[in-house]
Amino acid sequence: MSTKTIAGVEINVNEEGYMTEISEWSKEIGAEIAKEEGIELTDKHYELIDFIRNKVTAGEGLTIRGIGKSGVVNAKEFYQLFPGAPLKKATKISGVPKPTSCI
Amino acid sequence: MEKEEKIPLKKILLICSKANLEDVYAALVMGNGAVMEGIETKLFFTFFGLDAITKKTMNKLHTATTGNPGMRMPGGLPFPTLLGGLPGVEAGVSVMMRKQMDELDIPPVDEFLELITAGGGEIFACKLAMDMFKLTKDDLHEEVKDIITVGDLYEMCDGAGTQIVFT
Repeated sequence: MSTKTIAGVEINVNEEGYMTEISEWSKEIGAEIAKEEGIELTDKHYELIDFIRNKVTAGEGLTIRGIGKSGVVNAKEFYQLFPGAPLKKATKISGVPKPTSCI
Repeated sequence: MEKEEKIPLKKILLICSKANLEDVYAALVMGNGAVMEGIETKLFFTFFGLDAITKKTMNKLHTATTGNPGMRMPGGLPFPTLLGGLPGVEAGVSVMMRKQMDELDIPPVDEFLELITAGGGEIFACKLAMDMFKLTKDDLHEEVKDIITVGDLYEMCDGAGTQIVFT
């Protein structure tokens, strides 16, 4: 466990760079982490980040299938918004723990 | 000693030759998992594995209730092979398996294929097996990209960091 200064704020992160305190997140922090991942956040990204944060706060698991049925994006759009490893990148940017799902 | 260079997995080809629910899902879960990690993924279905991409059969796959030592009754007692051979038992057990999978958010086969291709994964059918079972492209799910030969498959295996897995 360590800390990191992002967007002028000190936040707690784990060794992989995932935030460990969901409440420390802000839009600015999300945008900075996204930049590190090579992503410029749009309104659509933020809409999805909201969905992800709400899901995690409610204690529900995240899957690509679930996000594809979120009503915000379908699976294909999700891959386009967060290219490469979408679930990992989206959760990292959303300030929630790395998902443990296999699907 | 020289330091060993680690080459990350960049591309994976998964070959599925069986129609058992568990064999097909092993290929689908591994394939989808690779797509999720940003690994270039190709799935190749051959022989009875074609059932998994044939519209008529794909969402009705069975798990074997005879000759399957891993099979258990609800509660954990061994599943008698003789019982497994009775008409309808295999179908019933398979329905139960699919229901349990659905509860874990594991999608049905057609939706799983769509998830894989949504992330850029590719699905192929084996030409020889297609000819053997007298199937045409129209019999296959629309997510199947192409019907290819073994030679085509090997051509796709180029590049360092490529692995082939047979499920």
